[in-house]
Amino acid sequence: MATPTNLVIIGNGMVGHHLVEQLVESGSLESIRVTVFGEERHRAYDRVHLSEYFSGRDAESLALCDGDYYAHHGITLRTGEAVTRIDREQQEVVTTQGRYPYDQLVLATGSFPFVPPIPGNDSEGCLVYRTLDDLDAIQAAAKNATNGVVVGGGLLGLEAANALRGLNLDTAVVEFAPRLMPMQVDNEGGELLKEKIAALGVQVLTERATQRIEPGDTSRLRMVFQDGKILETDLVVFSAGIRPQDTLARECGLTLGERGGVVIDDQCRTSDPAILAIGEVALWNQSIFGLVAPGYQMAKAALATLTGGDMRFSGADMSTRLKLLGVDVGSIGDAHGTQNPGARMFRYLDPLTQVYRKMVVSGDGKKLLGAMLVGDNGVYDTLLQYYANGIELPKEPASLILPQQSGAAPALGPDALPETAMICSCHNVTKGSICATIDSGAADLASVKGATRASTGCGGCAALLKSVVDHELAARGIEVDKSICEHFAYTRQELYDIVRVEGIKTFSTLMASHGNPETQRLGCDICKPAVASILASCFNEPITDAAHVPLQDTNDTFMANMQKNGTYSVVPRIAGGEITPDKLVVLGQVAQKYQLYTKITGGQRIDLFGARLEDLPEIWTELIAAGFETGHAYGKSLRTVKSCVGSTWCRYGVQDSVGMAIKLENRYKGLRAPHKIKFGVSGCTRECAEAQSKDIGIIATENGWNLYVCGNGGMRPRHAELFATDLNDEQLYRTIDRFLMLYVRTADRLQRTSVWRENLEGGLEYLKEVILEDSLGLGSELERQMQRVVDNYQCEWANAISDPEKLKRFRSFVNDARPDPSIIMTSERGQPRPV
Amino acid sequence: MTATALKQDIPPKAWQLLCTKADLVAFSGVAAWLETSEGAAQVALFYLPGYGNELYAVDHFDPFSNAYVIARGIVGDLKGQPVIASPLYKQHFRLEDGQCLEDDSVRLRTWRVSFKGNEVWIES
Ligand code: SRM
Ligand SMILES: Cc1cc2nc3c(=O)[nH]c(=O)nc-3n(C[C@H](O)[C@H](O)[C@H](O)COP(=O)(O)OP(=O)(O)OC[C@H]3O[C@@H](n4cnc5c(N)ncnc54)[C@H](O)[C@@H]3O)c2cc1C
Ligand code: SF4
Ligand code: FES
Repeated sequence: MATPTNLVIIGNGMVGHHLVEQLVESGSLESIRVTVFGEERHRAYDRVHLSEYFSGRDAESLALCDGDYYAHHGITLRTGEAVTRIDREQQEVVTTQGRYPYDQLVLATGSFPFVPPIPGNDSEGCLVYRTLDDLDAIQAAAKNATNGVVVGGGLLGLEAANALRGLNLDTAVVEFAPRLMPMQVDNEGGELLKEKIAALGVQVLTERATQRIEPGDTSRLRMVFQDGKILETDLVVFSAGIRPQDTLARECGLTLGERGGVVIDDQCRTSDPAILAIGEVALWNQSIFGLVAPGYQMAKAALATLTGGDMRFSGADMSTRLKLLGVDVGSIGDAHGTQNPGARMFRYLDPLTQVYRKMVVSGDGKKLLGAMLVGDNGVYDTLLQYYANGIELPKEPASLILPQQSGAAPALGPDALPETAMICSCHNVTKGSICATIDSGAADLASVKGATRASTGCGGCAALLKSVVDHELAARGIEVDKSICEHFAYTRQELYDIVRVEGIKTFSTLMASHGNPETQRLGCDICKPAVASILASCFNEPITDAAHVPLQDTNDTFMANMQKNGTYSVVPRIAGGEITPDKLVVLGQVAQKYQLYTKITGGQRIDLFGARLEDLPEIWTELIAAGFETGHAYGKSLRTVKSCVGSTWCRYGVQDSVGMAIKLENRYKGLRAPHKIKFGVSGCTRECAEAQSKDIGIIATENGWNLYVCGNGGMRPRHAELFATDLNDEQLYRTIDRFLMLYVRTADRLQRTSVWRENLEGGLEYLKEVILEDSLGLGSELERQMQRVVDNYQCEWANAISDPEKLKRFRSFVNDARPDPSIIMTSERGQPRPV
Repeated sequence: MTATALKQDIPPKAWQLLCTKADLVAFSGVAAWLETSEGAAQVALFYLPGYGNELYAVDHFDPFSNAYVIARGIVGDLKGQPVIASPLYKQHFRLEDGQCLEDDSVRLRTWRVSFKGNEVWIES
């Protein structure tokens, strides 16, 4: 047996690790012995998602492989051990621990953050943003800091700024160029980006050259700019670009580029045939690639070079889409239009919604050469496909970036993509290879992902991958699985119909008759709450009844929202926001007695936070005695009907909006639905109740009420649409009855009315036909159903406290009366809060 | 080391009475306080009449939220195994051995439990 080749890899970053994975997968380890050196103490981790370290992910969850992966495959991994020298004559690498021979060497040392040569740049509090250790240092420095500055307004700079903001620092970005992200966007785009980011509370200073950093007066440091202006700050994060980590290569005499980087050919070979270079340290065709996908391509080419394959590196597309500080930015190909003489530009700028889109198109108007997006990446996928696959543009290319009056944007359907279309550039997966995987048996998204690894890198291709897979499955007559979960092969809507038509009243009956016999038939946290909600919408039995108890989410079980420390919140109903002084006093007394934190909510009522599980029954007994009832703040059900003060007091009011809000809240309270429902009622068009941002919005007119539907605040705000005008009280109730019941029947689980509406075939017109014109003849049935829910209403809390069996649930421990000792409160602004 | 010395290092496991069947909630969880020689523990007890062991005891402590809440999650089965979903951030843990399905490196402590008539006994 021939002695295996000794392969040494310097650098255990993303690309070095990818090469190891490739070696493992190709089965080459029998003839190659691999040793990997990593300067960092952590084994390879996902640097692309580094910032998530600040939002709760730890080193272990960012790691790119299990702790025993290397050992398991017989690979030696030496973390925390930097290579200090390469001895090309002896073919050895040198570390502080020893010398190690190699036959083949791969440089995957990545890059390091460039720190501009400003006097004082090494002061305490001057940091960089590249490694987990850097982030630890930033976190430590932020502890006693109130403000921070990021030097550099590029992509990584903005990401660093977001991180500082997340650490509760007043944050500023200082950029030398006249605009942010000078590489990706032009002046218009940069201006817009600046406005958007400033609106988020991050100060943006462009055209500022820092001259020196010295000790500050009010803060730890003071930055002095060329124009003499100063800025005081507690910490500075340099993010002024990256430089290839090519010191080892330089010292051992490999050929480097003029501005650094180890020169490689298509096979990733450096000027020494025994040494390859991949990733951010490598310079190919005069270019450094600062993204992970090209690095992965190089790793694949290097594998071919080492094992005799024929894959070559042939450059890579630098198109990127990002969400920086919540702002979409996209850049495709020649976004500035400077590399293609004769190119033409299309630009669209909407100053109101702050959206900017630019297309660079070939002289004949047929090909997309580049694009730039700020504020909305909705058309990114489509444009990228036109660009990457050279697809001929439509007759009026502008239609691709103009807002669409109705319907969806003109997406390029998955069927229009050629087989060669690159779907996932991280893992080099084309539409063709996805089709091949499906043809060889993959029948859903998860198996396609598993087989091709598509969408497991940067994740940017997830939406496109899903649409291609769905489309290809459908084209092969494979039904796309819409099952709610592994226990039921039905959608929520189908389950609803089964329950209603067959009159099924419990989860166990439904499971016995329609559950998947291949499972243990216990259900899960997806189907149980969904079925509980359906049963409640149909029959409205108390959710605390024994048959329903195990189905509920903890919030419904204990009829209170669980807080992060395991305590609960108490939110009594305050219909329409109207409350008597007596009741206000009671709320105060209860909060004092049980040491609860009190807050006025965004829904015009009062939330009492921090209640211990075992105190909930007593708290509610006292509240119910004072005339309160549950506010269903925990349920997927009616929350609040927000009102304005209306004609009773307001000089402009034309109807009694408070009275109407109270009537509506009392009518629909307790209605269980696919998601929560919110109403608003305003007394005139000034709209002080913000009704047009609610699921149901009502605005008073001289002649009655205008009804708006399907609005939403929250994550994706949507204006409600005008549905009917000048309704009298009776017409209003009837229309809302029908509307809500149709929603309850047909929406998917956890789908707010706004999303339901957007997915509804036929749109608003169809809704109007069914509800206002009764085109399906369903009207009276929907009304009857609603009436049954209204008639069966009872306060769940009143029901629970009258039943000792149900109250047993509210013990912290079944065998001990003491409260949970791990719940510890401290005090802030005169009120309790969790430590 | 002799066998006697070993015994002193690791106190023998013993069964003790925890609560009664009436304290349990079918197809759901309750929490119980357990005194052990290594200190007190909060145990989440799940009762699945007619399924597998019927009784399962895992740690009430949720390592993802650092709160004692596991007993208040939803019981179910995934891939053929009974699991509990944390009520806060919804990770799933196998009732059998406490293994977290979303994160290989996380596992809840488990205890052996069984019925003696209407009493629930636990080994600690
Ligand atoms: C208490 C309150 C914040 C406050 O202090 O003001 C609040 C608190 C919570 N909101 Fe809210 N929301 C509150 C008003 C709002 C509003 C404003 C409003 O209702 O006018 C909105 C935007 C309007 C809207 O919904 O369209 C709002 C949009 C959300 C969303 C996003 C919904 C969406 O469609 O995007 C969630 C997440 C969800 O439901 O999935 C959410 C979820 C939550 C949860 C339940 C998060 C959770 O699961 O723990 C919070 C529970 C707190 C607790 O423990 O009691 N909350 N939440 C407000 C209670 C109102 C009330 O009296 O019932
Ligand atoms: C915050 C942040 C966000 C990013 N976001 C994206 C994104 O959204 N999309 C994208 O495509 N890219 C992104 N990137 C860039 C991406 O992380 C890099 O392209 C990728 O990590 C490059 O891989 P690499 O292996 O070449 O270098 P690295 O991952 O930097 O790995 C090089 C490793 O070599 C080690 N090393 C260096 N010298 C030595 C030595 N002498 N001895 C031993 N070890 C040594 C280093 O310590 C390092 O661990 C981001 C980067 C950062 C920092
Ligand atoms: S919406 Fe009209 S009636 Fe209501 S408070 Fe505002 S101005 Fe007055
Ligand atoms: S493009 Fe990065 S995961 Fe697919």
